[in-house]
Amino acid sequence: MIRTPLRPLARILDARLKGENPDVIEKENIAIRHEAMRDRDRTRAERRLFMLGFGFFMAFTVIGARMGTLAASEPTEPRASVGGTEITAQRADILDRQGRILATNMLTYSLYAQPHDMVDPVHAATELAAIFPEMDPGALERRFTDGRSFLWVRKVLSPEQMQRVHEIGDPGLYFGPREMRLYPNGNLAAHVLGGAAFGAEGVDSAEVIGTAGLEKELDARLRDPAQSSTPVTLSLDITLQANVEEVLATGMRMMNAKGAAAILMDVHNGEILSLASLPDFDPNDRPANPTEGEPADSPLFNRAVQGVYELGSTFKIFAAAQAMDLGLLNPETHVDTNGPMRWGKYRIAEWDNHNYGPTLSVTDIIAKSSNVGAAHIALMVGGARQRAFLGELGLLDAPKIELVEAANARALVPTNWSEIVTITASYGHGLSSSALNLAAAYATLANGGIKVTPTLLHGVKREPGRRVLSERAALDSVAMLRRVVTEGTATLADVPGYAVAGKTGTAEKPRKGGGYDSDKVINTFASIFPANDPKYVLIVTLDEPVETSGPKPRRTAGWTAVPVAAEIIRRIGPLMGLRPQVESSRLDGVTAVSAPKVED
Amino acid sequence: MRPVLYILSFLAVLASAFWAYRENYATQGQLKEIAALQDEIATLRENIALQRAEWAYLNRPARLRELATINFDRLGLLPMEPEQFGQLDQIAFPAPPVLIITGTVETMGSLNPSDGSQEQFP
Repeated sequence: MIRTPLRPLARILDARLKGENPDVIEKENIAIRHEAMRDRDRTRAERRLFMLGFGFFMAFTVIGARMGTLAASEPTEPRASVGGTEITAQRADILDRQGRILATNMLTYSLYAQPHDMVDPVHAATELAAIFPEMDPGALERRFTDGRSFLWVRKVLSPEQMQRVHEIGDPGLYFGPREMRLYPNGNLAAHVLGGAAFGAEGVDSAEVIGTAGLEKELDARLRDPAQSSTPVTLSLDITLQANVEEVLATGMRMMNAKGAAAILMDVHNGEILSLASLPDFDPNDRPANPTEGEPADSPLFNRAVQGVYELGSTFKIFAAAQAMDLGLLNPETHVDTNGPMRWGKYRIAEWDNHNYGPTLSVTDIIAKSSNVGAAHIALMVGGARQRAFLGELGLLDAPKIELVEAANARALVPTNWSEIVTITASYGHGLSSSALNLAAAYATLANGGIKVTPTLLHGVKREPGRRVLSERAALDSVAMLRRVVTEGTATLADVPGYAVAGKTGTAEKPRKGGGYDSDKVINTFASIFPANDPKYVLIVTLDEPVETSGPKPRRTAGWTAVPVAAEIIRRIGPLMGLRPQVESSRLDGVTAVSAPKVED
Repeated sequence: MRPVLYILSFLAVLASAFWAYRENYATQGQLKEIAALQDEIATLRENIALQRAEWAYLNRPARLRELATINFDRLGLLPMEPEQFGQLDQIAFPAPPVLIITGTVETMGSLNPSDGSQEQFP
């Protein structure tokens, strides 16, 4: 670049000749040069500012455009996402304690019709009636042709039926996918599971709602979409349940009973391993609720939970246990048993008008099942304390369990707990309770006096129960119950190796008009085994049994419920891994005497 | 120099456009494949659920009991009994293996018992 000189020689010489100051020329040139430099700097700054502004403009335009497209576009799932544990079913499975399926879902189809799409409604109606025998071709044809635009034909189809409907080939017949509740074990544990049915129905899906039992009680949990892939694990064991049901059904037939129930419960955590009620039903095809007759005669009736009966002599042990807990008695204390006992206008007699008098030890009162003895013990304890104790054992409330029916099975308790109620309650009359309550109360005795609350859910951590009875009294009670089996009213329950302890109960059924039916009884056997280290409680109840092998019909629990319970224990003991124990038999008179020392 | 630069950059634009075009279609292809796979997974899950239901149905206690009765001749299955529990010492263990001696065995020993019973086995 050619620099313009600040002092051009020609002008300087010229200025010197004219006598001017040549510095003026230099200053003028410097000014010109500075002006040129300023112009250059300004244009450069302008360009930079413009570039910067353009950059910002583009950046904001891009951001704005992106925001605009995001706001205007349809939201979609990213298609490339990895499929994790998606919702596979709309209702969670129910498993037994070993993970075997009790209830699951199956995909099937429903059939609906849109008659205005139909080519030949008459033909379709006859063909459909041929596939589904319960349909009437005439009625179907009328419904196809009366101008409606939509109608359900069938709720669920089997794959074979679906194929045959396809083969009709009518374009007006449509299939809608359905998820169906399936109970693969049929009648097994029917009363626990209850049943399920379709709720609101649409073409593409229908909701499945629980209609009874556990399905209804836990409906919210089972339908919760967040938990539908986690199954509910019950405390029931399919193997035990099947065996209990089989033996119970045989026993019910042999004892000519019209109903039976059994509850098997773990005494330490209250988990119910088996809960059976007969007659039963198929939850896949749950019968409609009965509209006539006695509701208790319906197969839907859960005798183990809903059946509220007077439980008879099984209550006697509670009177004895409480009296021992209060320190009023010990197992060897003798109590007046002179019968029949008179109390005001009431007469308290023994079974078959026996007289066990004048006195019996508490152990023998339980073993021989003396009403008079139990009444005297209860009077020692007193009505208020007795009521409080029975209440603490949970016998005066509705059973607490995860079945929807349980809440309505309230115990029938007299409002005025008079002394005669105290007396009758001591041997299980005058108040009615559910067999499940009895199981929980016996489990409390077997659990060393710490309250047990029954549950159908497996492995749920729960607060330990309250102590309602001293450990000593609980142990003595179980020992007394063992005596009932070894030498009392329940000798048929002595299963070798399993040290069964238990108490029989026979209660006559109240007649409709009042009073009791002597030939209609409820037989109950409440048992604990093994007695030396109680693990399980088994309650067996038979409704109106009669044992006819002897010369005259026998209706006491010792002849009906007890052998059934014994067979159940014999069958399920090995299945639960209980090794039969060789018992050290009680020393009899001969062996108890120590050999006399030989003096010489 | 400059025209070479123009041509090179033009070629680079062409190449990247071609690459972007291919990537776009490859991505769409992958997405379609994923959608198909997810459909297949869903079908398989349904099938597994059905198989589990079928398995539970075939293993229902009532059916097993009937099968045990029908095949009693071959299997002889009976309900378990408490008497079937046994002690470990009731089980006959296999006898210890007997030493099999095929050849001759030479042994030596001193006849005098006082100097300790020395025995030598070759």
